Amino acid sequence: MSLVLVVAIPFSGGSAEASGPDAARLLETINSVGPDGAGVIEAGRALRQLTAAGPAVLPDVLAAIDRANPRAANYLRAAAETIADRALAAGQELPAGRLLAFVEDRRHDPRARRLAFELLRRVDNAAAERLVPSLLTDPSGELRREAVQRKIELAEGLMKLHALADGPQRAAISELATGAYRAALTGAVDDDQVKAIVGPLRKLGHPVDLREHFGFITEWQVIGPFDHRGGIGLDAVYPPEREIDFGAEYDGQLGRVRWQPISTGHEYGIVDIAKQLENYKGSCMYLAAEFHSPERRNVQVRLGTPNSWKLWLNGRFLFGREEYHRGMKLDQYPVEVELQAGRNVILFKICQNEQDEDWAQRYEFQLRVCDPSGAAVRSQPPGQVGGGGGR
Amino acid sequence: MLKPDRRSSLAISGRDLSLAARCSVPAVAVCAALFLTGADWRQFRGNESNGQAADAGPTSFDKLAWKAELPGRGLSAPVVVGGRVVLTASSGHQQDRLHVLCFDDDTGNLAWERQFWATGRTQTHPKICVASSSPASDGRRVFAQFSTNDVACLDLDGNLLWFRTLGYDHPNANNSLGMASSPVVADGTLVVQVESDAEAFALGIDAESGLDRWRVDRPQRSNWTSPTVLRDEGGRATAVLLQSSRGVQAVEPQSGKELWAYREGASTVESSALKDGVTYVPSHGLTALRPVESSDAPEMLWRSNRLGPGTASPVIVGDRVYVINSAGVLIAASLTDGEIAWRLRIEGPHTSSPVAAGELLYAVNEEGTARIIRLGRENGEVVAESVLGETILATPALASGALYVRSDGRLWKYAR
Repeated sequence: MSLVLVVAIPFSGGSAEASGPDAARLLETINSVGPDGAGVIEAGRALRQLTAAGPAVLPDVLAAIDRANPRAANYLRAAAETIADRALAAGQELPAGRLLAFVEDRRHDPRARRLAFELLRRVDNAAAERLVPSLLTDPSGELRREAVQRKIELAEGLMKLHALADGPQRAAISELATGAYRAALTGAVDDDQVKAIVGPLRKLGHPVDLREHFGFITEWQVIGPFDHRGGIGLDAVYPPEREIDFGAEYDGQLGRVRWQPISTGHEYGIVDIAKQLENYKGSCMYLAAEFHSPERRNVQVRLGTPNSWKLWLNGRFLFGREEYHRGMKLDQYPVEVELQAGRNVILFKICQNEQDEDWAQRYEFQLRVCDPSGAAVRSQPPGQVGGGGGR
Repeated sequence: MLKPDRRSSLAISGRDLSLAARCSVPAVAVCAALFLTGADWRQFRGNESNGQAADAGPTSFDKLAWKAELPGRGLSAPVVVGGRVVLTASSGHQQDRLHVLCFDDDTGNLAWERQFWATGRTQTHPKICVASSSPASDGRRVFAQFSTNDVACLDLDGNLLWFRTLGYDHPNANNSLGMASSPVVADGTLVVQVESDAEAFALGIDAESGLDRWRVDRPQRSNWTSPTVLRDEGGRATAVLLQSSRGVQAVEPQSGKELWAYREGASTVESSALKDGVTYVPSHGLTALRPVESSDAPEMLWRSNRLGPGTASPVIVGDRVYVINSAGVLIAASLTDGEIAWRLRIEGPHTSSPVAAGELLYAVNEEGTARIIRLGRENGEVVAESVLGETILATPALASGALYVRSDGRLWKYAR
């Protein structure tokens, strides 16, 4: 297999032949590393040979990350770091221009571009710094974070001036700060940065809908409770797992149950079963939501819950987890999914156990859809432009 | 292959010389350097998992040899091997950047750093972070495990030898508070415990190749304890002890075959300490167990419900075991019968485990106050104290007479 076949996108400005067939073969070996240790001996051997080849193969190593699974990506990262360390220690140069071009080419894997950015910083920090403002909505969450931080710092500086100013000058500074915060918010995907933006922005009189910003699904259909006493419910197959019929009625844990709407106004999209319905001990509930996508695309469903859960998309089981009351956090569980074009149905099963301690009473979850960087992907029902946060 | 053992690194066995003889000239120099740099501290709580160093340690905090800034958080302990100090850290908003850092022991200069992308879940309790497990070394390699259950094996020059993604391969084997078990190396096998409410197993990984030697299913309950290695009088690893809420399971290092089991329950937080073939298990307070030849159950030598550790693991010095209980009281007790010799209240809380060298015990509380306590026959006495001013959850290391303490942001070396 040639390097062109191994590497999805040839390194910008470089040639596939530059590293020769050996590098291609070695990269292919590394990218073949599999689960439970499969291929680690071969990958380790290939890594040693690759790093011995020196900085000439660095661009190919970065580009190979485009096709790497998370296991292989770490071998490739180690290869890039080792090559760079040795080259710099030996007084050799790294190809700064090609690193810059690699970072600028958004077709490359976000991890690889971030790594190229870090290497670029080591050899041409000024060039890397010049790039930062252009990374505000970058596919790499790590890259965009720096650009967002610059906007936040700009806004914070303006707010200091704002505190000292008065009259028309104060209004003008307020407008500038608002603009900087709004710009920052367009790129912010990390909650700490979002909080650093939203607080001052609201003080400046500008509301922010965090459900919309993060892409939480706030409107659901819910059915239950079903029996989970003795921990039987997570793996029990109740009717909603066999069919989604919002008009149907079934036998539940406490009598007949039917689908009913439930929504949340919580800023972080938390649906609180215990408060909004009842803390049914030893129960499970099903929640379903429609999600419309104009195209087939890969996204992440990110959810948080202190309860056990299972998740399906369009009838296909994705993941489940049995853990209770170990805390809940935004984006606690990211799940890779492929949306189909048009209507999709997300089905979520949540289970409450029978612990009676005060700290074991939460029965809640939050769920959002986003791209790999964490930027919201919103449902777009036919005829609706821009979507509505899953509503 | 060199074995991780309790010998002073100055003691070179015939087997080691044989290895050196097979090395090329530069490699011989490296091999020699490995053995001529003072005693190593190769894993969490030292080479014997009892918190005790071979050499004497500093008597005060007056001699700060060096201080290094760290690029990320961590409560993993440093290890010291062949003149290098290796530790882990994690950084990033999601704590998803994993760092393995190596400092020159003499200067504190960064010798090398490798970074990895986390492949497993990075969620932890906010108090801790992904760099929670301490690395281990067999003298030639360093094994770094993280809360994500990513495991990296590197040589002492920072070259990646193999990388395993146990969290990615087993996405339910984690807990939302974070994992913290530290690996050990026994008879060429790296043993890792990956135990959570949702999935639990222990793996024996061939240290050389990175391939699985064995896997055993473990109790499905979150467990933060670390395996320990039981050795015979010659220093040969005879069993790896896996602690859990159910008790202690002793398995053969090469095969994972169960040798014996203690089934009366044990802590899932504090780990056991060992000395002379006896393991002191945080179970119903503290329980002393000795394996019985040809028996699937150990002999219980004694049990004391007054010796229950808080979060820190016990330390063994001489003929005594020392525990810090949840009230912040350091208790000295006899290894023979668990009889309490004395108590000393020290200000806690202590998440990090104390370590000891000679008659001095080193304890660092969460607020970052480090103390040196002289362990007398009749009482204990705080002889030195230093306020580091940073939260410290990591267990210190002791090697070549120096004390190593790390926080989320710094690594300190105190010399004798």
